[in-house]
Order: sequence, then C-alpha cells, then structure tokens
Amino acid sequence: MPPREGIYGMLAEFNTPTELVHATEMAYRAGYRRMECYTPYPVEEAAEALRFHKTRVPLMCLLGGIMGLVTGYGLEVWINVWAYPLNIRATPLFSWPAFVIPGYEWTILFAGLSTAFGMIAQNGLPQLYHPLFNAPNFASGASTDKFFLCLEAFDPRFSRTETRTFLEQFSPVSIVEVDH
Amino acid sequence: MATQGPIPEIVDPMIDPRTGEYAVIAPGHTFKSVTQKIAGIVLTANTPWAWMGGLFLASTIALGVVVAVTWLVLKGVGIWGVTIPGAWGFVWWIGIGHAGTLISAILLLFKQTWRNSINRFAEAMTIFAVCCAGIFPLLHIGRPWLGYWLLPYPNTMNVWPQFRSPLAWDVFAVSTYATISVVFWYIGMVPDFGTLRDRAQWPLAKYAYGLLSLGWRGSTRHWIRYESASLLLAGLSTPLVLSVHTTISFDFAVAAMAGWHTTIFPPYFVAGAVYSGFAMVLTLAIPIRKFYHLEDLVTLRHLDNMAKVMLATGSIVAYGYGMEVFMCWYSASHWEFFMMWNRMFGPMGWAYWILILTNIAIPLTSLWSRKLRVNVLYLFILSFIVNIGMWFERFVIVVTSLYRDYLPSSWGTYRATKWDYMLFLGTWGMFTTLFLLFARLAPMIPMSEIRMMLPQTRIRPGAEDAEVVVQEAL
Repeated sequence: MPPREGIYGMLAEFNTPTELVHATEMAYRAGYRRMECYTPYPVEEAAEALRFHKTRVPLMCLLGGIMGLVTGYGLEVWINVWAYPLNIRATPLFSWPAFVIPGYEWTILFAGLSTAFGMIAQNGLPQLYHPLFNAPNFASGASTDKFFLCLEAFDPRFSRTETRTFLEQFSPVSIVEVDH
Repeated sequence: MATQGPIPEIVDPMIDPRTGEYAVIAPGHTFKSVTQKIAGIVLTANTPWAWMGGLFLASTIALGVVVAVTWLVLKGVGIWGVTIPGAWGFVWWIGIGHAGTLISAILLLFKQTWRNSINRFAEAMTIFAVCCAGIFPLLHIGRPWLGYWLLPYPNTMNVWPQFRSPLAWDVFAVSTYATISVVFWYIGMVPDFGTLRDRAQWPLAKYAYGLLSLGWRGSTRHWIRYESASLLLAGLSTPLVLSVHTTISFDFAVAAMAGWHTTIFPPYFVAGAVYSGFAMVLTLAIPIRKFYHLEDLVTLRHLDNMAKVMLATGSIVAYGYGMEVFMCWYSASHWEFFMMWNRMFGPMGWAYWILILTNIAIPLTSLWSRKLRVNVLYLFILSFIVNIGMWFERFVIVVTSLYRDYLPSSWGTYRATKWDYMLFLGTWGMFTTLFLLFARLAPMIPMSEIRMMLPQTRIRPGAEDAEVVVQEAL
C-alpha cells in the first residue's frame, strides 16, 4: 500500500484515445511502471501499452465450474444412492443420465458466480473511495468522454517536476496532482 | 435479397451509403452526446406524466396478483379452472425471457455489435419475465409456503428431492437461470452506474448510484478483467439459455402423453422461446424509442434485424408444427393420430387454427418484405400477434393433450375461472410495473457499449512516428 499522505499521482487528461495510448506507451518506455489509464469504455490498446495481458478471471471461472460440478453431481449421487434411496420405476439407484441436468446447472451457477465475484474481487471493488475522485476533472470526464493517464507517486521514477515535464510534451488538456 | 439495378438516391441520413443498410447508430453522435441522452432519461427531475399514468395503471393491474394469490392461499387451488385433467404451465413467460439472454449472450459471442443498443432492456425483460414465470409453478404446487421443500437441504423429516424427475430439474434450471441473468445484468450495469454517479446532481441519487457502481472508476486493468468476465458469462449463458428451455420441454417430452412424448420438443421449444422473446423485445422497444426519442440509438436497423431473427426462428417453429403433424401420421400410433385430429378439429380446434394464423400465417408471409420489416407500426402490431400466437401454442400443447387422454372416462375440459384470468392479467401488470421502474431508474441502454461503437474510438496510426521526437526530448 502506498503511504496515505502526500500525493497519489499525476493525472493527465486527454481528449482522444489515440493521445492516451501514445502517452501511455511513451511512459512505459521511459520506465514508468506504476501507472494506470482511465477511460469511459474499454480501450484494449491502452492495456497493451500498459503491458497488461493476463487476467485470472478465466481461471476462477474454471475452478468455480469444477466446484459446481463436483458439488452438484456429488450431492445428487449421495442423496439418491445413500441418503434417501427410492425405487423409481425400477431404474438403478445411480441413474447417472438423469443426474446430468441438475449437475450441469450447478456447474454453470458456480462458474458464473465465481466469474462475476472473482472479477469484482480482483478489481479490488467495491472501493467507494479512491484518491482519483479528488481530482476536479476526473468525475466529470472519466466516465463520459475523457481519457486519463495517471502516473502514480509510488513509482520510483516519479518526481513532481520531472513527471510533470514528461507529461507536458504530450500536450494534455490538463495535468493535475492528485492528493490522497 | 440483393437489390437489383441502380441504387435509388439516398435521402435518408440514417442509411449508410456504402451498404444501403440502416446505420446502427445515427451519424454525428459523440461520447458526450450519447451519454447525455441516455443518462438524461434517468437523471431528470421531471418525471413524464405518461410514465406516472402508466405506472399507476400497471401497478393497479398488478394488484390482481396480490388479490388472486391471497384468495388462492386462503381457499386452495380449487378456485382455479386448473384441475385434473388439465394443468397449466408458466412456459409462455419463461419463453419470453429467453430472447434477453440470447441477445446478450449469443450475439455478444458472435460479435454482433448491433445488439449493444437493445441488450440491456432485453436482459431486464428476461429477469422480469422470469419473475412472473416463477409465480406460476410455485403456486401450482398447492401449498406455496412449502416451496422450499423442492430444495435439497438437511431436514428433520429426512426427506430429499428425487432427482430423476424433470420437475426437480426445472427447479435447478430456472433458479440458475434467474441467478445468472441477474448477475449478468448487474455486472453489465456497473460502469453505467459509475457514469450516473458522476453525473447525478441530487445527493441521494449520487449516493445510491455510487453504491451500485461499487466505486467503478474506469481503470484499464479493471476494464480488461471486466471484458473477460462478460465474455465468460456470455459463454456460460449461451448453453444455459438453451438448456433451460430444453429442461422445460422435458417436463412434457419425458411424460408418456400423446402429443408430448416427442424428441422434437427441445429444439422446437427453444426456437419458439426465442421467437416470442424477440416479439416481446419489439413490443417494448418500439414504444420506448418513440417515447424517449431514442430513434438515433435504437434504429430501424435493429428493428429490421430483430424481424429477421423472428423470421428465422418462426420458420423453425413452423417446421416443428409440420413435423408434429407428420409424425402423428408416420408413427401409425392410434393415440397420436387421434390427438392431432382432436387438436385440429376437436372441441378446442379453434385454438389450434388461431395459433397457425397468428404464429405462422401472418408473420412468416409478411416478414420477407423489407418494407414491412422497417415499418414500425406494422412490427408493433405484429409483435402482439406473435405473442398471442405463442400463448396459444402453449395453451394448445398443454390443454389439448391433457383433456383427451388415453381413458375416455377421464376426459374433461378446461375452463378458466376469473381467478385464472386475474392472476394472468396481474402478472402482466407486474411485468409492466417492473419495466417502467427499470426505465426510470436504471440506464436502459448500455452507455459504455454504445461509446465503443462510435467512430471516435478508432486509434489513429502514427503514434509510433512521434516516438523518435519523444526519445530525443528525453
């Protein structure tokens, strides 16, 4: 966790995704690592510029699905074979084809829930407070039509003056220092 | 149907000159304008009078559910016309639900971006339809307050559900479907709630949307995980939506009842569900785009495409009907043959012919015409016709098979009582109420996805050229 006092980072505002991607790419090449883009819709090129490729969401989906399958199918087998065996039209107690549908539904249920909640958890949400909301132009723009690049103060390359000069060469609309 | 000869002079600005098709989004929109337009519907202090009136009317009708259910709980299921031999289903409502998931999930997987404008309210429609659908089986079990007995939980009676019954499958299929639909719908709305939080003026709205948005701030890493999760949920929902209606058709097909015991039921039920669902989306989308002036975002292209999907699924349904009749003859089964003869010409034969007229004859002859597919009024009327047709389909399947079964001594008839009608109309009121509330309080059209479709999203090449300059500057 970065320290709670001082500034959180330097926030540059751009009008177009092209400028944002360019600035991000340059910042990465200049050695900045602790940085993040904020856009009103997913910009895959920005993620590439940040060198962010892998998410663990699919893994969570897979694990959830396996858990659901094992739980659901196992529960059915346990109930119908051991806990409460019933003779239904003389079919075997372990009527595996009949158990497929509920087992399948549980697989989907667990996989879906773990995907959704896994995504939220990996994103660190819900997080109702974030230093960026202190920036005056962030709330009005990041969720509507502006593109932001934030170079975080936690980065070893960060310096109040040099980072500002670095960002200025991309002629952003504004550069704001964000407080914690 | 390729157009022949010279392309006529295009006067309509909505038509893309390169393809001759209607544009998915009207030209000239920016990130800001679409945001303002969609968020403006929710974040306005003056609620339209028509909305108030509609809500009043719909919630009054919805009281019918309360009255009918109260009376039912006091008196028991005997107040219904639903008695042996005829028992009813909830299939119509749940079928409507399916187009929502289909639009969201399958069209997302196939990268059909035109879905972006309509997926949100199609999903909402799904969820509300499933709510309405859920009422019926719960009440049909006779003692609804013991509905939780359907779930596998350890209890002092030492009784567990019987998993070889399609009715037990239904419990899992429908509850999973409802849960995943809600999750998919909510996850889709999180970034838009963020936008509403940032744009809201009223502190309470800011607070409420802030909570709902979970603190979404549009970080790129978040977006990538979000996109990945959306794609996975779509991938999970696609087989789910097909499996749910298949399971419902198993309720029928697993029974040894003439007219039900057939393998064509699963695909034909799924196609029918999608067919009625798209009809319902049209029923809702057409007044909404008119009322809120959303013609720029829900364009004739959407209506045209939805009509095409209806044409395709309607044809599958028509094939299903044809095959049913054929199999009744081909099976050489006396019972099947009698069932079909009775379905067509028996005491309830009128229902069958209404079904053929409304579901097959009218839509499948007219939807081939592009002129009619982009005629808004015609589509609106047609969507009602198809909804009526699909309701009759379920009526015909359920009632005509049951009221003349193998034993003539158990023949009966079905006559709905006022309580049946009240409950059914009440669910309509409930559905409309929920939908009106949704339209007022939540973003009806996904803003972030609409932004992605604008031409401004294109990343211009040339970013690499500037690199040398920058490195020199360093």
